[in-house]
Amino acid sequence: MSFLHRHRNLTPYLLLAPGLLYLGIFFVVPLGFLLHQSLQSGNFDVGYAFTWAWGNYWDAIRGYRGHFIRSFEYAAIATVLALLFSYPLAYWIAFRGGRWKNLLLLFIVAPFFVTYLIRTLAWETILADQGPVVRVLRDIGILGQDGRLLATSFAVVAGITYNFLPFMALPIYVSLEQMDGRLIEAAQDLYASKWKAFVRVTLPLSLPGVVAGTLLTFIPAAGDFINAQLLGSPRNHMIGNVIQSKFLELTDYPAAAAMSFVLMAVILLMVALYARAVGTEKLTG
Amino acid sequence: MTDVLTRRALLRRAAASGAFLTVPGVLAACGGSSSKSSSSGSDHTLAKTLHFSNWPLYIDVNEKTKKHPTLDTFTKKTGVNVQYIEDINDNATYFGKIQGPLSRGQSIDRDIIVMTDNSRYPSLLIKKGWVEKLDKSAIPNFKNLVPALQHPNWDQNRDYSLPWQSGLTGIAYNDKLTEPVLTVPDLLENPQLKGKVTLLQGMGDTMPLIMFANGDDPAKVTDASWDRAMKRIKKAVDSGQIRQFTGNDYSGPLAKGDLKACFAWSGDVVQLEADNKHLHWNLPKDGGGIWTDNMLIPKGGNVYTASVYMNFAYDPHIAALIEDYVNYICPVKGAKGELEKIDPNVANNTLIFPTNAMLDNARNIDSAALNNERYITEWQNLVSG
Repeated sequence: MSFLHRHRNLTPYLLLAPGLLYLGIFFVVPLGFLLHQSLQSGNFDVGYAFTWAWGNYWDAIRGYRGHFIRSFEYAAIATVLALLFSYPLAYWIAFRGGRWKNLLLLFIVAPFFVTYLIRTLAWETILADQGPVVRVLRDIGILGQDGRLLATSFAVVAGITYNFLPFMALPIYVSLEQMDGRLIEAAQDLYASKWKAFVRVTLPLSLPGVVAGTLLTFIPAAGDFINAQLLGSPRNHMIGNVIQSKFLELTDYPAAAAMSFVLMAVILLMVALYARAVGTEKLTG
Repeated sequence: MTDVLTRRALLRRAAASGAFLTVPGVLAACGGSSSKSSSSGSDHTLAKTLHFSNWPLYIDVNEKTKKHPTLDTFTKKTGVNVQYIEDINDNATYFGKIQGPLSRGQSIDRDIIVMTDNSRYPSLLIKKGWVEKLDKSAIPNFKNLVPALQHPNWDQNRDYSLPWQSGLTGIAYNDKLTEPVLTVPDLLENPQLKGKVTLLQGMGDTMPLIMFANGDDPAKVTDASWDRAMKRIKKAVDSGQIRQFTGNDYSGPLAKGDLKACFAWSGDVVQLEADNKHLHWNLPKDGGGIWTDNMLIPKGGNVYTASVYMNFAYDPHIAALIEDYVNYICPVKGAKGELEKIDPNVANNTLIFPTNAMLDNARNIDSAALNNERYITEWQNLVSG
């Protein structure tokens, strides 16, 4: 204790140490290995050797540009959809939930009690060709008689949207819930319509939640491969599927590592641009 | 849900989750694990425990006690406990998991693992020196191995491997939704089946059927025959005829009616047919695929104990007991006779004990093709879009 008293300014670092250590061992070190691996050449039979093989990066971009673009497309659409679904949901729970608030929040989190894989497989059943959804859509003529949802881009985006919805809904809920209700009253006292009060007061104050939610949805969605694998056809596969198969089926580690870095770099770039556009203070509130 | 949980259904689903878990696993596989001092070589004392990794639902189970009766018999006979682990869901994923320690010369704490010869991994394990030679002096029952499986080209004398089960790859269809689909051209080109067809995602599973349909020999793949086959599949993918490449997840959609026809494994269909009489399976007239799952002893495993177990499993009576539950093709001579005494229905099922005509019409893929880099990459790009 006396040590801490004498070196009081060390306390924050000591408190940070476990987290930094954890990140160092389980994030930074593997990342270093991955970077090293991405610059190797050779093949699995004879072994890989470090050769500054920057060509791996070029091959990743040139050979799989379509997969990268598709991944960001799907992730972006799913993020927008999740936002459109989540905002009214979070709004309603925060302002109209009353004593049911906690129960309703539990419902949002409930799917997480089931593993990711099983949730996605459930969508395989929901969207099945002979399932209720497709049958109704056929009957009302939206889908042709031989139309289907499974193994299409629609199913993949729907799956991603569903799977990441809570990551969007919860941060928005938190920022709405923390709002001082008197601010809206004040706006209305000053003759703002309900809509205007929402646009000028509620929406700006909930932006930190929206920004956090979009990041938490978009970033993992762009690297996802489960949804595309189970709900899509090969024509809907995302970059995550390619990385997965390069790592595990082809054991082409350098190519997979290079792709992972390209993916990471593009996501970082996009997030940086996004943060610049909306302002980072939105994230911290 | 009318899905039957078949071995490969389970493995396929688990494969997806397994892969999900192992991607970071591969990255983090840099930390070392303690290596066990191996008791391999010519040491003829039995270990206390046999560690046996196998695929799910691939050995006899007593439904009530959840125990494996033949393994209990083995323990009673030899005093060796068996730690039976159903952790192999997919050849590629399992290989990804064990290659790290094996490449660093560490034991994976297994005495027997089981891998399929229509993937490149059994031959790769031998080539890399990551598996031990069997102790054939402890396996007198080796003589019971059926002749057709005695000399695979990746392990000419079966020095390293012994078959566990085999299976056939053919075409399954649902007679409620389509006329019988008996040939590959029908499957790939019949407009009535558009978007209702899947092929298998393993190169070694799908290619033999396509090559036979092209009049080529899948056991002797040439660049020309490979390109012909790829062209034919690509055409069917681009036209939208082929909906997906699957592992065993074809079984659910096939039973539900989302698929009209698909490439499928014989053993699954034995179980699916039992629940849904509209499902049928045939070896295509032009020819189908046959594959074998092989027991191997990974480096560091106890060779003598593993060999004693293999000898036990090659006793026709024991093999019959396992077969009665597993329903794939048994590699042990004399098991059929034993099974006739226990369960004549199973003994007379031609999917489990195929006729010679069926076997003559099935080939496994050329193992050289499985290791050809260009083929591997082209195939992977095809099935992953």
